[in-house]
Amino acid sequence: MSSTTDSQAGPAMVQEGAIQRFLRATELDTRLLGMIAALILIWVGFQLIGQWRTGEGVFLTSRNLWNLMVQTSVIAVMSTGMVLIIVMRHIDLSVGSMLSFIGVVAGVTQVYWLAPMLGAEHPAIWIIALLVAIVMGAVLGAFNGYLVAYAGIPSFIVTLGGLIVYNGAAWAVIRGETVAPMNQTFELIGGTPRGSWIGGVASWGLGGLACLAILWAILASRTARRRFQFPQRPVWAEVFLAILGCCLVLGVVYVLNSAYWPPGVVTRYAREANIAIPPEGLNFSKGFSYPMLIALGVGLVMTFMATRTAFGRYIYAIGGNPEAAELAGVNTRWITLCMFSLMGVLTAVAACISAARLDAASNSLGQFDELYVIAATVIGGTSLAGGVGTIYGAMLGALLMQSLQSGMTLLNVDAAYKDMVVGSVLVLAVYLDLVFRRKSS
Amino acid sequence: MDTSTNGAKPLVEMKDISIAFGGIRAVDHASLELYPGEVVGLLGHNGAGKSTLIKILSGAYQRDHGEIYIKGEKAEINNPRDAKRYGIETIYQTLALADNVDAAANLFLGRELKTKWGTLDDAAMEAAAREVMGRLNPNFRRFKEPVKKLSGGQRQSVAIARAIHFNANILIMDEPTAALGPQETKQVADLTLQLKKTGIGIFLISHDIHDVFELSDRVSVMKNGRIVGTAKVKDVTKDEVLGMIILGKCPPGAIPGPGALQS
Repeated sequence: MSSTTDSQAGPAMVQEGAIQRFLRATELDTRLLGMIAALILIWVGFQLIGQWRTGEGVFLTSRNLWNLMVQTSVIAVMSTGMVLIIVMRHIDLSVGSMLSFIGVVAGVTQVYWLAPMLGAEHPAIWIIALLVAIVMGAVLGAFNGYLVAYAGIPSFIVTLGGLIVYNGAAWAVIRGETVAPMNQTFELIGGTPRGSWIGGVASWGLGGLACLAILWAILASRTARRRFQFPQRPVWAEVFLAILGCCLVLGVVYVLNSAYWPPGVVTRYAREANIAIPPEGLNFSKGFSYPMLIALGVGLVMTFMATRTAFGRYIYAIGGNPEAAELAGVNTRWITLCMFSLMGVLTAVAACISAARLDAASNSLGQFDELYVIAATVIGGTSLAGGVGTIYGAMLGALLMQSLQSGMTLLNVDAAYKDMVVGSVLVLAVYLDLVFRRKSS
Repeated sequence: MDTSTNGAKPLVEMKDISIAFGGIRAVDHASLELYPGEVVGLLGHNGAGKSTLIKILSGAYQRDHGEIYIKGEKAEINNPRDAKRYGIETIYQTLALADNVDAAANLFLGRELKTKWGTLDDAAMEAAAREVMGRLNPNFRRFKEPVKKLSGGQRQSVAIARAIHFNANILIMDEPTAALGPQETKQVADLTLQLKKTGIGIFLISHDIHDVFELSDRVSVMKNGRIVGTAKVKDVTKDEVLGMIILGKCPPGAIPGPGALQS
């Protein structure tokens, strides 16, 4: 195949042909590459602007990148579900206020209900609170899904109603007060206190495991294709992908491990453990924090579900042609209900991270999150027309949005202008994607 | 006059089927039979109720009245999944495919092959798709692309492949060539005859009377939701059938139905 294109291509075409051949051989998603390029551009841009304005760029420090990942996790978790909702030609506008409602209930459960009953630091509290949140998310989501799938009300209306209702419900529960503090174990989910990161050694271990998983996945796909004698990817492309994947993983671990414990935490730890702090200081690596691990884990599970299970296949098929899916025998209503319920569960996970991070539950939790989640999803290449979208794209979209936000915060940009920039970037990203796709097709 | 294939048990009997949408009786006490190895053409104007009648058999619509028998036994068909359990496969005029996934995914949609872990076995599905598509359309190579990038004929062969792979014994073809060019139409016609030889019963819905005469053993004509009449193709002329379609006039070679013009 490639030999015939070679002989036909003129000298001017050779260069372009090589790039295209490279992309075809590695099967890399060009949209993904575009997003990564945009991300690098934004990161380097903020670093340079910071250097120019204050003489010291802080954006590309491991401390900031570590924070960035923690901050991204809430939106990233929810965006993995929103992709699939939008792929199915639906929308969920209620996730922000549902987050608020669930967060508030999880807070009240711990502080007003379980703490007096079991004592504030009983080991079961965080589990019960988490379970309450997740069950609640599943039920509220399923209710949304029922109204959409079986009552036939458009999802825009159902979830717009839900946005208002859950917001009201959250107010009804705590009337605007702040419920604090959270259970200390529960708090670890948020990634703020000591103990909510796993440290350098464990992070390297995890990175190593991830590299092994990448190698295994590449080998497994080769074996499966050989079993049926399908055409294989060229070996050099496989090796390239393996090296790229492993370098990426180890690079992330390196950056996260270069983020050290905050000085206050180190001092307290040294006092507790009776260690004298040497004059050059004690540097303990933070490594992965729990919210990052939760977000990465959710991303993996959701990607697996979307690409390797019948449920995921049905979601994409429904998005491509709902009628055809129904006629092919897919129970489209049930799938729709389940997907909304799953969105509720993800919202519950995000609610726990949010409340734990704030160490409090209040009505301001999750405010406008639905908009950020949808924006992240759309920036990540999900088409609102349905049928198209990837989970890694949405998570990268969430990282991109959070990068803009925290980059501007570091530069002391007024909150009002921040919102204006973020909104414009959303529209610009979709426009660029349109232009790019029109050119490529 | 007996229009049935002598003595054989009918594969499908639809008896006294009615369905109404709002106040409109789309199908009004219609009965149809289909025998193994036979092609029955269903003719009529747009809106005559032929697609609606057949969608009741494929489970897309639920009838208000009447009964369906498959191989002599009463069948409960309330959705497309039920119909597939009875070996009924349908090829729709709208080429009902999910455009954004590939040929194998469409072929197995709703009936995916799984690995022992319960996950999708994409490699096995692609292998099966290559096998069955190889029989239908040996030049087909685009297994990795979403079906929206395929031509009309290629898409239709994916739909037909679905019927073949799952060993349908009753095949419904609802305007299978409406979206196709002449060459592809010929391909589908050849395929229909090939399938018929294997003993499958086929309902062919079309408003192209020439197609129907070429492929069918019997024709049934519908008008205003009712059956005008049913005839063996060799007992009637095209003009007579046109008379049935347009005027509802039942010729001597046909068995009149409830929709026949009373003289």
